[in-house]
Amino acid sequence: MLRKTDRHFKFDWITIILFFLLVGFGWLNILSASHTGETLDYFNFQDPYSKQLIFIMLSVVLIIITLSIDAKFYERFSSIIYMVALLSLVGVFIFGKTINGATSWYNLGVMTFQPSEFAKAATALAVAKYISDLNTDLKYFKDQLKVFIIIAIPAILILLQNDTGSTLVYAAFFFVLYREGLPTIYLISALLVIIIAILTLKFGIIITTITAVVSVLAYHFTRRKKPSIIQTTLIILAAILFSFAIRYAYNTIIPAHQKDRISIWLRLEKDPSELRKMRQTVAYNLNESEKAISSGGFSGKGFLEGTRTTGKFVPEQHTDYIFTTVGEEWGFIGTFGVVLIFVLLIIRILHLSELQKSQFSRAYGYAVASIFFIHFMINIGMVMGLIPTIGIPLPLFSYGGSGLWGFTILLFIFIKLDSNKINEW
Amino acid sequence: MRQFLLFISVVIVGLLFTARLFYLQVYASDSYSLYEDNAIRKVYKYPKRGFVYDRNGELLVANQPSYDVMVIPREVKPLDTLEFCQLLKIDKEQFNKQLEKAKNYSYRLPYVFVSQLSKEDYAILQEKMRKYEGFYIQKRSLRQYETTIGANVLGDIGEVNNAIINKDPYYKMGDLIGKQGVEASYEDILRGKKGIQFIQKDRFNRNIAPYKNGTYDTLPEPGKDITITIDAKLQAYGELLMQHKRGGIIAIEPQTGEILAMISAPTYDPNALVGRKRSKNFTKLFYDTIAKPLFNRSLQGVYEPGSPFKLLTGLIALQEDVIDTSEKITCYTGYKYGNRFMKCHCASGTRNDIISAIEKSCNAYFASTYRRILDKNGNASLGINRWSDHLKSFGLGNFLNNDLNVGQPGRVPDREYYRRIYPNTFYSTYTISNSIGQGEVATTPIQLANVVAAIANRGHYFTPHIIKSISGDTIPSKYKTPIHTTIDKKHFDPVVEGMFEVYNKGTASSLKVEGIDICGKTGTVENFTKIDGKHTQLTDHSIFVAFAPKDNPKIAIAVFVENGYWGSRFAGKIASLMIEKYIKGTISRTDLEHWLLTHSLEDEYAKPYSGEPFGINRQAKLQVIPVDKEALKIYEDNNKKL
Repeated sequence: MLRKTDRHFKFDWITIILFFLLVGFGWLNILSASHTGETLDYFNFQDPYSKQLIFIMLSVVLIIITLSIDAKFYERFSSIIYMVALLSLVGVFIFGKTINGATSWYNLGVMTFQPSEFAKAATALAVAKYISDLNTDLKYFKDQLKVFIIIAIPAILILLQNDTGSTLVYAAFFFVLYREGLPTIYLISALLVIIIAILTLKFGIIITTITAVVSVLAYHFTRRKKPSIIQTTLIILAAILFSFAIRYAYNTIIPAHQKDRISIWLRLEKDPSELRKMRQTVAYNLNESEKAISSGGFSGKGFLEGTRTTGKFVPEQHTDYIFTTVGEEWGFIGTFGVVLIFVLLIIRILHLSELQKSQFSRAYGYAVASIFFIHFMINIGMVMGLIPTIGIPLPLFSYGGSGLWGFTILLFIFIKLDSNKINEW
Repeated sequence: MRQFLLFISVVIVGLLFTARLFYLQVYASDSYSLYEDNAIRKVYKYPKRGFVYDRNGELLVANQPSYDVMVIPREVKPLDTLEFCQLLKIDKEQFNKQLEKAKNYSYRLPYVFVSQLSKEDYAILQEKMRKYEGFYIQKRSLRQYETTIGANVLGDIGEVNNAIINKDPYYKMGDLIGKQGVEASYEDILRGKKGIQFIQKDRFNRNIAPYKNGTYDTLPEPGKDITITIDAKLQAYGELLMQHKRGGIIAIEPQTGEILAMISAPTYDPNALVGRKRSKNFTKLFYDTIAKPLFNRSLQGVYEPGSPFKLLTGLIALQEDVIDTSEKITCYTGYKYGNRFMKCHCASGTRNDIISAIEKSCNAYFASTYRRILDKNGNASLGINRWSDHLKSFGLGNFLNNDLNVGQPGRVPDREYYRRIYPNTFYSTYTISNSIGQGEVATTPIQLANVVAAIANRGHYFTPHIIKSISGDTIPSKYKTPIHTTIDKKHFDPVVEGMFEVYNKGTASSLKVEGIDICGKTGTVENFTKIDGKHTQLTDHSIFVAFAPKDNPKIAIAVFVENGYWGSRFAGKIASLMIEKYIKGTISRTDLEHWLLTHSLEDEYAKPYSGEPFGINRQAKLQVIPVDKEALKIYEDNNKKL
C-alpha cells in the first residue's frame, strides 16, 4: 500500500530537474540574444525574451494538466489524439500562415501556433499504441507497412508544408521500431543508404560503384555459407542504381538552397571565388555561428557580454542558432554543460523506458528519447558545421511557444506514464 | 543488443560534440582581444602632429586641415550632377566611377568620394553641401610646409603600408606615418598617441552604441613639437646656390655636432607631397632615375673624397711619427713608384713641408708619407690596418649612428678588404691612390664634414645630429658626448695652418672673405660611369671642405658638386659663401654669388645620355645661363617667411 504523501514522489524528479535546467538556461540565452540594449521589461509581450517568459509560465500550467490526466487516457485516446493532430496539419493548408517559406502556422492573434510541434507527441502515442497491440509483430511486412504509414502521414503533410527540418524528425521513429523488433536488415540498409549517398556526392559514381562491388564481393567470398550469386549481383546492381539516383536527385530534384547546404557540408565547392561568394550568402550563417562559438573560448565573454550576440551577427540566433549564444557568452564550460544535460536527459528517458512494464509506455518513452536525440543531434551538429544546415530548434532551449509546449507535453506524458508503471501489474 | 543502439548513438554524438566544441573553443580559439573583435568598431581619434621649428625658432612644418567628401550610397538622392562635378572639379565619368566604387564597397558605409579638397574648394562647396543628400565633408589633418626648403631634411608623411601594419600594431590601414627625413626619424615623438573609441556594431556594420558605455575609450595625446638644428636661412641660401647643379652640402657646428644645413641637389618643394597631388608627384620624383631628387646626396652619396683626404694622411703620418713638421719632401712634378708615376701640379724640385704640401695639394708629399705609414714596421699589411683604424676613429667607413633615417657607411679599406685582390704579397705601392683620396677610400658628404669638424675641434667631434630640442623632453645624451679621434691634439695645428694657407695663398686664395679666417681644402676627383657597358670618364667632381673661423670655429662644411671640375671652381665658391652667410648674415662676395647663379652644369649632366661623343674637363665648355628669376623669387619668398 502506498502512503498518500508518496504520490508526489512517484514522478521522476531527475528528469523534471533536467527539464527545468534546460528551460531556464535556454531563457537566459534568449534574453541575451534578443534584448535590445534598453532597460529590460520582462512583461512588454513584445521582445522574444518577454514572450518566452510567458510561454514558460504557461508550460507549467500544461505540465500540471498533463500530469493530472489519468495515465490510461493517453493510451486509450491515442488514436483520437493522432486523428486530431492530422486534421490540424491538414487545416494549415486552408487557414495557415506562411513564415520563412513554411506554411506551418495558425495565426491566433496574440501568437502563432505550429501544429507540427504537437503532431510529434501524437504520432509517438499512435506508434506506441500500434506496436503494443498484441496482434502486431514487426517481423511481418504487413505490420511494418502499417506502422510506416502511421509515421509517414504526418511526415508527408509536414513536408508539404515546406518544413523539411521537422519532417526529418520523423526518422527518429526508426530507433523505436528497431527497439521493438524491426529486422536488422533495415538498420543495415539505412546505414548503406547513407554511406552510398555520401560516397556518391563526395567522390562520384565511379568510385562508389567500385567500392560497392569490391565490398559486396569480399563479403560474398568470405562467408562460409555462400549467399546465392544472383542475390549478390542484385545487391550490387541496387547499390549502383541507388548511386545514380542520388546523383540525379542532387542535380535535378532537390532545391538549390539545399544543394548548396550539402555542398558546403561535404566541401564539394573548390573554386575560391565561389567559396567567397558562398561565405556571404548560403554559408553566412554557418560562418557567423562558428565564429561566435569560437570567440567564446574556454570560459566565454560573460552573460549579456557577447559582442557578436549583441551585434546580432548570427541571424535567427534566438531560435535555431541559440546554441551560439551559449558558445559566445558561456564558452566551452557552458556548451559542454548543455551537451551534458541533453545526453543525461536522453539517457535518463531511455533508462526509464527500459524499466516500463507495459510495451506502450516503453515504446512511447523510446519515441520521446529518439525525438529529443534527433533534435539535439541535428541542431547542435548544424550550428557547429558537422551536418548540413537543417532548420530545427534545440528542444526546450530555442525561442518559440509551440516548440516549448510540444516538447513539454511530449516529455510530461512520459513522466506521467512512468509514474503510473506501478499500476500496470 | 537492440536496447543499446540509441544509447550508444547518444553517447557517440555527445562525445563527438564535445570534441568539436573543444576544437572550436579551446584548441582553435585565440585568446580574446577587444582589438581583434570584428563585432566592435574601433574609431581612432587622431592627435595633432607635432610642429617642426628651425634652430632660430622659425616654424618650418605645421598642420593644415583638409577636407574629404564622403558618400553613403544608400542615402544619395537624385542631384544636379553637373553643378556638383564642377564644384568638385571632376567630370561626369569620374563621378559615376566613384559612386560605383562606393556602392561596391558598401551601400551603408561612408566611402571617400573625393579626397583632400583644398581650403578654397571647401569654402565654396560647404555652402551648397546641404543640397546633396548622402554626401558630407570629413575633416582630416595634413602637413603644411611653411617654406619650400629642406624637402630632404624634413621629409614627408604618407599612408602606412602593409609591412609596417604587420610589424607594428599601433598602425592601422590608412594611418599616416613619417616616410623620410625628420618626419620618419622622429615619428614616435611627432605623432603623439591615437585615442580610441569602441563601438558595438551589428552585422550590417551599423553602430549600435558605445561598447560598455565607453569605459575602455581613451583620449588622443598630442604629438610633441621639435626644434631641429637646421638654420633655415642658411639652408635656403645653400639650396639657391645649388640650383642647376647636383651634389650635396653638409654644414656642422663643430662645437656641438649640430647640422646647420643639409642640402641635396636637385631638391623639390615638400608641399608637392601633400594632399591630392601627393601620389602623382611622388611617382614623378621616384621615377626620375637620372636626377634622383629623392636620393639624399649629402647623406647617401658615396664619393671618393679626393684631396681633402690628404689632411687625414698628414694627420696619421704625424701621429705615427713617420714625418715631423720640419721635414721637407721634394716633388719632381709627381711621384715615381716602381715603374709608375703619379702626377702633381708642383713645379719640379719644389720642397714641401706639411703646411705647404696642404696649401699646394702636393701629391708626391702625401704619396710618400702614405707609404711611410704603411711600411713603418716593414709590414704593409699591419700598416694598412693601423691606417684604417685611425680613419675609422673619424667616423669613416661606418654609419654615423645618428638621427637621420638614411645613410651610407662609405668605405675604408683594410688588409682584409684587399685580400681578394692581393691574396699573398701586399706592398704599400699597391694602394697608393688612397693617399690622395682616390682609389678605394670613399666617403659621404656628411662624413667628410664631420672629419672637418673634428679637425676644427683639434681632435674630437660630436655625432652629427639634426635634433636640437623636443618640447617637454630631452635629446639623447650621445649627442652631447665628445668622441675622440686617435690623433693627438698637437698634430692638428700644422694641418689647420696648412688649411689656412689654402685660403691665404693656395688653391682657394681667390675665395677669401673679408674679416673671416677660413681654413679649407679643395678637391678634384676623377670619376667614371658606364655608357653602353663602356667604362667612360666624366668631368671631375668639384669638392671643397672648410671651417671658420680658424680659432673658435663656428661652422664646418663639406661641399660636393658633381662634375663641377676643380675644387675651387664650384664647391669652393659655395663653401665660402655659405660660411659668410652663416657667420656674417650678409654676403660681401656678391661676385662669387653672381657667378654661381649664372653658371649651370645641366649640359654636363645631359652629356652621358645624349648618345653623342663628348669631351670632359678641359674640353668641356662651361654653360652660362641668365639668373634663374623664378628660383630667386622662391628664395626671397622663403626669406620673407623666415
